[in-house]
Amino acid sequence: MMMGGMGFSGRGGRGHPDEEMFGSVYDGKVVRRLLPYIWPFKRLAIIAAIAMLIYTGTQVAIPWLVGYTIDTYIKQGDLGGLTVMFIVFICIAIVNWIMNFLQQFSMEKVGQGVLYNLRRDVFHHAQKQSVSFYDRTEVGRMMSRVQGDVGQLQEFAALVVMTLGELLGLIGIVVALLIMDVQLGLTTMVVLPLLILTMMVWQPLMRRAFMEVRRTISIVNGELNQNITGVRVVQAMNRQELNLEGFDKLNTDHRNANFRTGKLGSGLLPVVDILTAVAIGLALYFGARMVGGGDLEIGVLVAFIMYIQRFFDPIRNLTMMYTQLQRSMASGSRIFDLLDWEPDLVDAPDATVLSEIDGSIDFKDVTFSYVPGEDVLKNVNLRIEPGEVVAVVGPTGAGKTTLVSLMSRFYDVEPERGAVLVDGYDVREVQRSSLAKQMSMVLQEPYLFSGTVRENIKYNHVEATDEQMMEAARAVGAHDFIMELQHGYDTFLAERGGNLSAGQRQLLSFARAIVANPKILILDEATANIDSYTELLIQRALAQLLRGRTAVVIAHRLSTIRGADKIVVLNFGEVMEVGNHEELMARDGLYAHLYQMNYAAIDEPLPVSTNGADQRSGRPRQIV
Amino acid sequence: MREISRIIGIALHHKWRLIGAYASMVGALISFVLIPRYLGNAIDRIVEMLDEGSYDQAVIVTVVGTVLGLMIIRGTLSYFQQYLGEALSQMVSYDLRNRLYDHVQHMSFGFHDRHHTGAIMSRAITDVENIRMFINMGLVRTPYFLALFLAVAIILLFEDWRLGLISCSFMPIVMIYSAMIRLKMRNIWLIVQEKMAEMSTVLQENFTGIRVVKAFAAEPHEEAKFERRNQEVAGYFIEAERMRASSTAFMLFTFLAAMGLILFFGGRQVIAGEMTPGELASFIFYLQILQMPVRMAGWLVNSYARAASAGQRLFEILDAESPVREEPNARALSRPRGHVKFENVTFSYDTTRRVLRDLSLEAEPGKVVALLGAPGSGKSSVVNLIPRFYDVDGGRITIDGNDIRNVSLKSLRHNIGIVQQDVYLFTTSIRENIAYGNVDATDEMIERAAEIAQMDEFIRSLPEGYDTHVGERGSTLSGGQRQRMSIARAVLLDPPVLILDDSTSSVDARTEELIRNAMEAVMVGRTTFVIAHRLSTVHRADSIVVMKDGQIAEQGTHQELLGMDGLYREIYDLQLRPQEEVMREIESPIPAAGN
Repeated sequence: MMMGGMGFSGRGGRGHPDEEMFGSVYDGKVVRRLLPYIWPFKRLAIIAAIAMLIYTGTQVAIPWLVGYTIDTYIKQGDLGGLTVMFIVFICIAIVNWIMNFLQQFSMEKVGQGVLYNLRRDVFHHAQKQSVSFYDRTEVGRMMSRVQGDVGQLQEFAALVVMTLGELLGLIGIVVALLIMDVQLGLTTMVVLPLLILTMMVWQPLMRRAFMEVRRTISIVNGELNQNITGVRVVQAMNRQELNLEGFDKLNTDHRNANFRTGKLGSGLLPVVDILTAVAIGLALYFGARMVGGGDLEIGVLVAFIMYIQRFFDPIRNLTMMYTQLQRSMASGSRIFDLLDWEPDLVDAPDATVLSEIDGSIDFKDVTFSYVPGEDVLKNVNLRIEPGEVVAVVGPTGAGKTTLVSLMSRFYDVEPERGAVLVDGYDVREVQRSSLAKQMSMVLQEPYLFSGTVRENIKYNHVEATDEQMMEAARAVGAHDFIMELQHGYDTFLAERGGNLSAGQRQLLSFARAIVANPKILILDEATANIDSYTELLIQRALAQLLRGRTAVVIAHRLSTIRGADKIVVLNFGEVMEVGNHEELMARDGLYAHLYQMNYAAIDEPLPVSTNGADQRSGRPRQIV
Repeated sequence: MREISRIIGIALHHKWRLIGAYASMVGALISFVLIPRYLGNAIDRIVEMLDEGSYDQAVIVTVVGTVLGLMIIRGTLSYFQQYLGEALSQMVSYDLRNRLYDHVQHMSFGFHDRHHTGAIMSRAITDVENIRMFINMGLVRTPYFLALFLAVAIILLFEDWRLGLISCSFMPIVMIYSAMIRLKMRNIWLIVQEKMAEMSTVLQENFTGIRVVKAFAAEPHEEAKFERRNQEVAGYFIEAERMRASSTAFMLFTFLAAMGLILFFGGRQVIAGEMTPGELASFIFYLQILQMPVRMAGWLVNSYARAASAGQRLFEILDAESPVREEPNARALSRPRGHVKFENVTFSYDTTRRVLRDLSLEAEPGKVVALLGAPGSGKSSVVNLIPRFYDVDGGRITIDGNDIRNVSLKSLRHNIGIVQQDVYLFTTSIRENIAYGNVDATDEMIERAAEIAQMDEFIRSLPEGYDTHVGERGSTLSGGQRQRMSIARAVLLDPPVLILDDSTSSVDARTEELIRNAMEAVMVGRTTFVIAHRLSTVHRADSIVVMKDGQIAEQGTHQELLGMDGLYREIYDLQLRPQEEVMREIESPIPAAGN
């Protein structure tokens, strides 16, 4: 659907940061925003935190226990003491078991709870956004917000637990080393600054490499998605080989970017190993001396080596988590950016709730534009009486769709640029949902959802009875073909009703509009994709269906609108003519011209050559 | 299991990387398992020196030097092991993505009717990634961990078989337990992925159909739909994670318990003088280096289970055979004159409901055949069968006497131009979109095609002309413009057979005129099948076919059919009878049964 004056300026998204943008490892804003999500699960989170502390305690205690047992009991040959220590050891192991499970599981529950709420909020927020938001935002972008980014946070949940655990473990080891022997502890820890230095060099390199990975994968996925969606054209045009060639290039770029991160990631391994060796060497060298001098027990030295063996595991794991953490933070910040995006079309706090309406519509001097400076409607004044059938005609880009979009408040007219009234209520001052309940729309491209025929016809009117549903289907002539489907009304429709013809899809969307039992019915070129025979059947049905309803019909086929109570002729966003068919024909203006042109096409032989110079499309400057 | 072996099979295509990874693994392993021995030795030496009261620095320096050397070797080799494993996994995911891409683009329309785009995408993104992780974790690191277990077990058993047995006792427990958990988790992951895909469909449809959602004020309804999936996804995730957590916690426990046993029994032996303190220490150091693999075991199992379910989903797609296949000895169809013949064609989309029944139809070269009929009468099926987007169930279709199933798909489709109902534009320039089927076209040819399609002038009026990019799904062009783009594409192919499907429906009179002119121009000299709603385009056809319930109800020229006083006549009357009469009918109540 062409959005009037939006034209080609509508490309690209909103003021969102790029998909590829990387956040820092710790983004205070993101964490602050996440806290309220954790709050409902605070008891579980506290349990997890306590369990984690105890778990870390047991982890750190074990080497010390080993050293202590060696020095105090084994060296002294105290068998009874050894047995006692063994029992203590096993008890600690059991506590470790329970706490380990508890910290992981309760934290995961918190994480899933948070994600569940976050997904719900993001979707809820997305539902509040206006149509113009979706005009500007690609579907893929929204998908990656709700799925990709929330999925990243999924990893985040598990990661935070692990990171905290590793950090605690690291602190525990440092403390244990210092308590056992300050001097030797400090000596072995001289490798720590070296490690930090290495990380400072490594981190920015890794970060840049990862950005490239992310950039290339989004291109790869975009291309794949496009090829699947457009597969009918691809096959019709024999493009498979060429497309594979192009895809292979993008895929190779991505693979090479991954090779680079692989090299960088693995490069840290030798560094960590060598530093571990240095630390153990230092402990042995100085430890042996101290043992020799009687300043250190041999068991303590054993414990020292055990600690050092573990010392680098947390660090190594932390670096593995670093990039994930970064990614999660970036995702988090994108999610909250979306949540912060104020819906530009909201109900006023004191919005009127429309209940029973008569169905009059007024346009009071309405000027409207999607893009500032490009007015799509200009000073439109229009009165539609309750129960009237009004046809809107005009060339492509005249503003017909915009006109009906404003009635159902897909977009808001700016305050000082006129007003649209339904039943005398300014639509900006009524609750949008109550307004929408009074209206049904049938759009040019029928849109169906995955689900059964029944679900699609009833749609959100789940309370409708099957009789009402079938009545609606019969009224639009859909009942017969539905009954012929494999499971009748329970037939599952493939993606967007792919297993139905365009006409059948449109009949279903007609039935859907009827089930909603609206006071105002808007048909936006609704019969364009239906063959003439079915269209006629629908038109007949409409005569009944429209009784007691206001109808606004956009149709390019003039024969279908001749019986309208009122015909509104739009051109370049201006109302050129209003009147019934006879009046307008008598005026011999734009309508009369369009009417003649439409029939010329059928009744006269084709023009041999077209007067090319006058051929305009898209946005005709002039019709006459 | 079958999935896993297939995944491994794919990895074996890059055997040098795998061999390299394994070779460096062995080296890293050997140097690594030697270290605890030396450390234990060092402890004994220190104890000895303590007993003797002498202190020999040289001994210590030797041990420290050896440990340092071994660690340098191990670190370097670990680098190669990890990098090669990573590179291997990337090669596999690269292969899989290419294969998926190519496979899917060759599948018939029937396949695409049944598979949501979102579902295929989730396979390309999530499942491929899960398989990749498995290659690295499962194929490269698992053998390393297993070998580490094994090496340590052998060393310990040789050193002291009783203590060795005790310290290794937890290994079988860990392994049996992992195997059990693996099976359970695999099922859960399958469900999780399925639920995620369902959720993805809800999202995609919601965002794409947002106007419908808004028009019906159906936001709460949509949120309820989403809510259900959301709850399910969270629930299954928790279940999966519960299993993972309980298995990792248990594994760590068995490991700690084994260490306690070593300390106890080893301690007794030291007290009894059957073992040196250094030997006990080295036992403990050995166990210590096993802690990391034990902790990783939970993740490994996880990656294995995920890969198995991801493999199942992915191979389901990769193994799907397109019902439309080329004969092994298919010839190329050289430019035909365009004599298209349907001989007793029967066709159904899903075998349950016949869409075409025993349909025979002939189009002489260069003639125009118009198809008319109610929705579902089989018009679209007729034209979809000609380029073999689907294959007939019975009968045959020939072009110039060749059964279309005996010629190569490429050559067949090369000779057929299609203006589809739902015009798909790619996110690239207008120029490339027009030249989509003929990349060798020169700029002059492209512009000429646009001219014939009545698009040239409009395109030139754009700031960037032919280089203007069209947005997602061509959303920045109007319906009429998109259709003319599609006509221009077909013109550039210069096909002897042309298919125009519903192509002039959704535009106003003015644009329709432009399109009709474009169509008339492109039809010249081509066998054309046109599906149209308007008699204006239909009644000039050489032959008009009125379809009903998958069969031809009437066939003939406009004049002939009018004379038959049948379905065509009815449509004609309804459309062209004096409008006043029609409108009176519309305004007056109609008896339930139509005329």
